[in-house]
Amino acid sequence: MIDELAEKDKKKEKKKVENQEHRGEARKIEVAHHENEGEQHSLKMKAEGVCAWFGTKQALYDVNMAIYEKDVTAIIGPSGCGKSTLIRCFNRMHETVPGSRFAGDIFLEKDSIFDPRMDPVVVRRRVGMVFQKPTPFPTLSIYDNVAIGLRLNGMRDKKVLDEVVEKSLRKAALWEEVKDSLQKAGGALSGGQQQRLCIARALAIELEVLLMDEPCSALDPISTTKIEELIHELRQNYTIIIVTHNMQQAARVSQRTAFMLNGKLIEYDATEKMFTNPENKLTEDYITGRFG
Amino acid sequence: MNFDYQTRRKLTDRTMVFLCGAAAFIAMIPLVSLILYVLLQGFKRLDWAFLTHLPAPVGVPGGGMANALLGTLTLMLLASLVGLPIGIMAGIYLSEYGKKNKFAWAVRFTSDVLSGVPSIVTGIVAYTLVVKPMHNFSAIAGGIALGFMMIPIVTRTTEELVKMVPHSIREASWALGVPQWQTILAIVIRTAKNGILTGVLLSVARIAGETAPLLFTSFNNQFWPQSPDEPTASLTVQVFTYAISPFKDWQDQAWTGALVLLILVLAINLAARTFFKNPRGLLR
Repeated sequence: MIDELAEKDKKKEKKKVENQEHRGEARKIEVAHHENEGEQHSLKMKAEGVCAWFGTKQALYDVNMAIYEKDVTAIIGPSGCGKSTLIRCFNRMHETVPGSRFAGDIFLEKDSIFDPRMDPVVVRRRVGMVFQKPTPFPTLSIYDNVAIGLRLNGMRDKKVLDEVVEKSLRKAALWEEVKDSLQKAGGALSGGQQQRLCIARALAIELEVLLMDEPCSALDPISTTKIEELIHELRQNYTIIIVTHNMQQAARVSQRTAFMLNGKLIEYDATEKMFTNPENKLTEDYITGRFG
Repeated sequence: MNFDYQTRRKLTDRTMVFLCGAAAFIAMIPLVSLILYVLLQGFKRLDWAFLTHLPAPVGVPGGGMANALLGTLTLMLLASLVGLPIGIMAGIYLSEYGKKNKFAWAVRFTSDVLSGVPSIVTGIVAYTLVVKPMHNFSAIAGGIALGFMMIPIVTRTTEELVKMVPHSIREASWALGVPQWQTILAIVIRTAKNGILTGVLLSVARIAGETAPLLFTSFNNQFWPQSPDEPTASLTVQVFTYAISPFKDWQDQAWTGALVLLILVLAINLAARTFFKNPRGLLR
């Protein structure tokens, strides 16, 4: 009896050591290997000399960045470095903040999205966004949450709406979980489901670029894994820009990574290069956890 | 250790809790005694006939306040027609478009002042604006007077409740390429719907009990209301008339009228509460 217990203890001990070793390994950030490595995609969006202000405080300094089609681009950096502000410029959400200012230009394919003739509403239909905190419309049903983008853009045909709702929920890997309760309130879902509902909602309008502002930071690990798998899926059809605090996540999901600090773009390169052999000392320090 | 100090702290604590509890109890006395007294006095004459019959002439037993009940409901409807559209839209303007500008500041200030204006003053204004040009008392004039009183209440509650809709929901809607006006109509108002409805009901309950502005606008009438442009009875004015009359039967009926009015207001208040608690509403 006592022997048995001792045996068990030993086993536990061993497991612990193993775990620690394992964790030690994990800390060296693994970069996912992507099948279509090296394949050069065409340019989807391009930021040129982007500067942004909140009141008198400057948040972005001369950011130049090219976003390639059907790539996942990750933006990392410590809190307050301007990464959220940057992606909010990509669909002109920055200007909705009172007192905000913008300079520079951003192109979506060939069009400048800051062209005075360009309606921000049209930009946002092509460049969708998912926020840090899930923001389903609480009083609307799951169905209406997904359908509302189309509906408010004038779509009335029930059959088309049904189709789009199902397709979008499937794309967001939520269909199987909610197909029997489409009339339930969107606010009744769990946090992870709500976030996938928000992704489905964004996909329902015919968007080309999906901006994700720390989409997993309010979610548990399981939901996070689901969203990451989803990002891999969505990459087939969409261009994705994701802001994240989690460097492992950036390494896992992205093809390109940008590192920002104090409103400046410090380094921007292929994810593999960024995490194994960064050019800039600051990038290396941040990625290895020496600050930030 | 300083036990004296601790004992004193505890004693102070108990005393304060007791004082606050006692104050709360005293505050309840007027309300409870009022309801009980109205119930006791009014219950005697409360029957079906009271709710369905016209007032009987002096000396003739029986009769009711059916016309006054109908009149009050008519006045509430007319007041809502005046007060709700203006109040709700003004509230939405203040919350969504007029965060800081001077015009919004002026609107807020006037609403706050207006909701403090004695109701008899509102009555005089409605008399000058409506009764005089029309040359007679009417339900329309009464409805307008009550509607004036509703506007500031509805404006301010709507503003507060629309403001409570989280900014993130508006952002989410903009990010879907939904223009501002549609965001307000389809998302913000729908989210705040139950809250706004609560504010509306509370303001209706508030004006249902008004007497002063009706005395010289809708006045009174012993018969069924025929059209909104003639004098119309209301529970409040009828209660007032009967209560100051020298006849015992009328005085009893005044109590019953008061009871009916009380029940009406309580019912609206309860309805407002259930809307506010609705789990699909704003507060979830």
